[in-house]
Parts: sequence; C-alpha cells; structure tokens
Amino acid sequence: MRAEPITAEQVKAAIEAAVPGCRVQVLANASPSGQHSLILDHEHAAEAARFLRDDPTLRLDYCSNATGVDWLDSELSEKVKVKKLVDGAETEVEEVRKTKVPGYLEAVYHLYSVEKKHGPVIVRMRTGDRKEDVHLPSLTGVWRSAEFQEREIFDLYGVIFDGHPDLRRLLMWDEFKDYPMRKDYVPPADDDDLVGAERSGG
Amino acid sequence: MRAGLGGVMDEELKNLKAELSKHGVFTTTFEELYNWGRKNSVWPLTFGLACCAIEMIATTMARYDLARFGAEVFRASPRQADLIIVSGTVTKKMAPQVVRLYNQMPEPKYVIAMGACAISGGPFRDGYNVLKGIDRYIPVDVHIPGCPPRPEALIDAFMTLQKKIDAQQLTGEDRPRHLKEDLPSEFPVPEYGEHDLEPPNNAEVWNPLKVIQK
Repeated sequence: MRAEPITAEQVKAAIEAAVPGCRVQVLANASPSGQHSLILDHEHAAEAARFLRDDPTLRLDYCSNATGVDWLDSELSEKVKVKKLVDGAETEVEEVRKTKVPGYLEAVYHLYSVEKKHGPVIVRMRTGDRKEDVHLPSLTGVWRSAEFQEREIFDLYGVIFDGHPDLRRLLMWDEFKDYPMRKDYVPPADDDDLVGAERSGG
Repeated sequence: MRAGLGGVMDEELKNLKAELSKHGVFTTTFEELYNWGRKNSVWPLTFGLACCAIEMIATTMARYDLARFGAEVFRASPRQADLIIVSGTVTKKMAPQVVRLYNQMPEPKYVIAMGACAISGGPFRDGYNVLKGIDRYIPVDVHIPGCPPRPEALIDAFMTLQKKIDAQQLTGEDRPRHLKEDLPSEFPVPEYGEHDLEPPNNAEVWNPLKVIQK
C-alpha cells in the first residue's frame, strides 16, 4: 500500500525542526492539483536540501527537474474602505490602493523519492531583484542532476548560482550577453520579419 | 562541346543525333557525358540536424532507396561530399559549423534545404536561437517545403537537382558558379556576437523576397 502523500506543511515543519534558523514559506497552489511549494531562504537552502535528501522518512533522492521563472515588476491593486470627510460628514469611501511589487527571478526544483516512491516536493528560491541581486545558492552539491539545469537557468534567465562547479552558458554561446527567456528580452531585429517590423524600401 | 553554337545549331544537332540513333549510331557531347556522370553520382554529406534527418535516413533505406539515383554513398567527410542536405532546424549556435562544413566541400557542390526550418526557421522561427533559413549564409540549390517533408519530397528535390546539374553548360556566360573563377567557393563563417550572429546574414548570398506595400 502506498503511504499517504506528505503535505507541504509537514515538510516545512520537518525542515524547520532539523535546520535551526531556516525560514520556510509555504506557497499555496489554488489549482485542483494542489501542488503547494516551499520557498527556502538562501542561507539555509543547501542545508535544508541535504536534509530533504537524507532524512529517512523523506529521502527525496531524485531532483527530476529544475527550472527558472521570471517575475516582472508588478502592481498589486486592492480595494480598501477608507473613512473620509465628504461635505463635512464622515463617510466610508472605497479606494483602490496600489502597491508596487518588485520583480524577481525564481528557481524551482521538483524533488521525488525513488526509494520511498513519493513526490513531488517542490522547492523554490527567489532572488532579491532582477538586476543586481540575482544570486542563489547552488543545489548541485546535493543533487548532481541539477548541474545542467542550473546552467540552463543561468543561461536563459541570468540567475547566478553560487557554489556551482561549472557555471557556463549551456544553450547559447559564451559571447552571448542577453537572457532570452526573460520576459523583457527583445530578440534582434530582423528585416525579413513580415509581422510588426517596419520594412525598409516598402 | 556547346561553345559557340547558336540555338539553331543546337536544334540541328539534336535532329542529327536523333536521326543517327535511328541507324544505330550513338553520339554524345562532352558536356552531356560529363553532366550525366555528375548527376548520377552526387554523394551527400552524412549530416543531419533534426527530425528531417530521420526522413532523410528513411529515404536512403530500402523502401525509398536513394541508391536508385546514385546518391546512396553518404560521406562522413565534407572533403568527399558533393551535396549537403540541411535537414532540420539550424540553431544560431550551429550555423557557423554548417557554413564551415559547406566551405570544406570541394567544388562543384550543392545544397538542399530540407524542410520548413532549414528554409525559413519553420515553427521555431521566433525562437531566440533559431536561424531563419540557411540561405542567409550559403547558396541553396533546392528548397523543400514540409514539416518534415516525406521521402518522396526529398527524392523529388534530388531529381530537381539532377535536372539542374544536367542543364549546366560548361562554357559560356551561363556556366555554373564553380566554373567561374572570380566567384567565391567559400563563404564567410558568421561569428558569435553579443546579441546575434555577426553578420546576421550574408548580403551577397541572401536575396529575400521584397514585400511591396501599396
């Protein structure tokens, strides 16, 4: 009989008990699949990952996939009821409050246990922003299968993995300067493009 | 040889040949013999890029049997190949190698661009690492549309190439590139740039269709 699936909350509690000081945040997934994920802080990520791999009940010995996500700067608007003086009388007025959420880059790891036949446990890490603070700790030391995948994330999103043994571009050439999977990437102009581009001599 | 002969003479020669063959006399020209030999021993390069290469391999196997056209000897070295079949998506990272392989082939050499990707980038045209057609860097003799083209389409392209070789004149103004000493046999290999290949195309080779807006 297969064991009950482990919940993200259980994993979070296990990590926080085993790795003192580790801050784990559960990111809920509202879709029917309900694949909630865990956001790890940078300082304890490697230690927490090693715990996930070696803990006898979790034994997440297989990192099947690591990928990147680019989150642009966004604006969060929420409706707030505010009391205001209108014509001398205090009335409740609905106001739209807008808060700017700075963008960041994210690395997502899908972990399974071949030994225990469970998973996935999804682990995420987020960078400080999209320009300067794009460093994340590498988990290649814990799961060797993450090596090329982290290189791919570096290549396409520009996340720098500290502690990666061989962080070079993987798909693009070494001289390439852009990060093509970022949402604000602009491909080089091509005068043969019939759609959108201005054509010379037309 | 055809040199110096006008259209009328050509016609007369043809009639003479036909008349002689009725009496059991076989005549030919150096040009015909030379082109007949060349068109029936076009050796392609062992070179595949993507799914089109699978169709290309199928074409060489017993069912479609490219050997019927004298092209079954896929050479593993560009030095021995007459034809490069660009079969599949050319990534920008791969493009310099394709041009380099073409440059290493001896003249006369031919190019078949097989499939939507090789001729235009195909479904991956807007990809960040996809070359929008190999004809930006090397001269293509036959384009085959399709995704992927069936083996019959490759055979048709091959027969088209044979007809092209057969029609080549060895002398005169219309002689092919490899017999014109001032025309290049090698083409510049693009460099890896910071944002794109440098240059993004070879203007001497690439003649895109112009869209005329009225």
